[in-house]
Amino acid sequence: MKTNDVILQTTTKIVFFIIFLFSIHIFFAGHYTPGGGFVGGLLTTGAIVLLLLAFDLKTVQQALPFNFTIVTGIGLLLSLGTAAGSIFFNVPFFTHAFDDFTLPLFGTTSLHTAMIFDAGVYLVVVGAAVTMIQTIGGDA
Amino acid sequence: MINLLLFPIILPFLFAILLLFFKENIKVQRSLTCIGLLISLVAALFLVAKVKADGVQALTLGSWPAPFGISMVSDMLSALLVTTTILITLFVVLYSFTAIGEERERYFYYPAILFMITGINGAFTTGDIFNMFVFFEVLLIASYLLIVLGGEKRQLRESIKYILVNVISSALFVITVAYLYSVVGTLNMADISVKIAEIGQPGIITVIAILFLIVFGVKGSLFPLYFWLPGSYAAPPVPVLALFGALLTKVGIYAIIRTYTLFFVHDIGFTHGLLSALALLTIIAGCIGALAYFDLKQIIIYNIVIAVGVILFGAAQMNESGVSGAVFYLIHDMLIKGALFLLIGIIIYVTGTSNLRKMGGLMKTHAPLGWMYLIAAFGLAGIPPLSGFIGKLLIVKGAFEAGHVFGSIVILASSLVVLLSVIRIFIYAFWGDPTTVELPKTNRRTYRKMMMPAVALVILSVLFGVGTEWLVPYMTDATDVLLQPSIYIDAVLKE
Repeated sequence: MKTNDVILQTTTKIVFFIIFLFSIHIFFAGHYTPGGGFVGGLLTTGAIVLLLLAFDLKTVQQALPFNFTIVTGIGLLLSLGTAAGSIFFNVPFFTHAFDDFTLPLFGTTSLHTAMIFDAGVYLVVVGAAVTMIQTIGGDA
Repeated sequence: MINLLLFPIILPFLFAILLLFFKENIKVQRSLTCIGLLISLVAALFLVAKVKADGVQALTLGSWPAPFGISMVSDMLSALLVTTTILITLFVVLYSFTAIGEERERYFYYPAILFMITGINGAFTTGDIFNMFVFFEVLLIASYLLIVLGGEKRQLRESIKYILVNVISSALFVITVAYLYSVVGTLNMADISVKIAEIGQPGIITVIAILFLIVFGVKGSLFPLYFWLPGSYAAPPVPVLALFGALLTKVGIYAIIRTYTLFFVHDIGFTHGLLSALALLTIIAGCIGALAYFDLKQIIIYNIVIAVGVILFGAAQMNESGVSGAVFYLIHDMLIKGALFLLIGIIIYVTGTSNLRKMGGLMKTHAPLGWMYLIAAFGLAGIPPLSGFIGKLLIVKGAFEAGHVFGSIVILASSLVVLLSVIRIFIYAFWGDPTTVELPKTNRRTYRKMMMPAVALVILSVLFGVGTEWLVPYMTDATDVLLQPSIYIDAVLKE
């Protein structure tokens, strides 16, 4: 018997974006409120897992055509690169820098290199968690 | 370049990340690994020269003042260990090209090695006790991959044991650090040393010292805690075994030496007395194992256990001869264990078995292998011009100075057992009539390619023994920092 999960799939299509936006919010809010790269990454993974539950593995891989091992690698490179940037200024490794910028739409914003490091953490968490789930769930 | 001491940690890490992008391309994997290790080696040599010239190098990450940020400290001991680690890994990687097989090379074999080196070098360099835990996990998680990679039945069974033991000991590590933090309120190792000196080591600190001994004793295979090692190390293929045997237990030994010379120096009679007793029992247990087996791998694996006992017994004496002997013997043992494992790997490749009773007469067909093995075996036992001699001599001297006559005799007697166990391999494998044993068809070119890194390591260990005179100033520097914690503390907590 062919199951009909049209309700699940329709709800997923809406809820996925809500969870994804929430994870991005959590990620950017990390410096001043609870949150950051790790939780943000896990929430994004949660959104992808919801997609995997509602649709099958193949559809999701077509919709998100990333090699998640590479995503992990890029994340590690971002984090290491942020920390290693200090080497070129001859200050101790991991020394961060920040400044205020006037951005259109946002106004005066304080930007900190710790955010790039966090973006690396975010990508590593997403890459590693999705790789695990795909490997256990898939045939290969 | 104030960041120089981090390069031996960052560079392997960077190349490990780069390798993730080229999973299927074995040529790229091999060449990038070699380039990465070579650059790291150059950086490590510069670091040794820098530490020799300017004293202990310390850096607190993120430009934070010393006890608040993570300090990285490179004294002569850690600089020498880092250099030796990279050197051995380079030769094991060259050996892996022919020995490990393409199937494993395509599944993150080289990245795992480089991540493990990142962890090992980090654990040798860090000056923060919790950061040391993190680096331990980095090297352990990479070693979990290496021990299970290939998925043979034996590997799967032994990796479960290995992971279980290490997860438990890591949990104990966290608990111990939590106790220590609740007593002294700091994680920076130099600061911990100052705080413990201020409160004068009450009973709770001695309890924490014993807990650390248990934690690092599991990692470094001390007497009642070495039970997991012989089975687990015999499971993975020989290049992985060589890396584990030469490097992993030594991180545990380094951690014991560091904590027992920097933190827990106010109740030496109890803590160091216990360490000496356990070290002697470790030697005896290792000797029994080394004589009991007719299996190449098991004999050398039990020799690791013996060496752990010898090094820790030397370090526990807390006098100049004992500690400098331990430093000499530690580096000698890393080189010689690497060389021996690579050589027995070749013997196993040539004869197709690791059972001593099923081989014989290799001297007629593989003479260079025989001579190299003999040199390495003599070096391990400590025959004078070779590398094992000076370290053991100093350890025995230190033990006599400290009044441990019985311990010295045990160490000297263990040398005989070590010699007997490795010479037995020589007699069974290389002497005898070659016609009685059917050798499997092996590729002569593969054999030669495997020989080169092994021979290079044997030559290095011989140079280590012959060039002792030249190495003494470096070893003295390493010993001075261990015996006078104030040098270490002043370097970290400047001002």
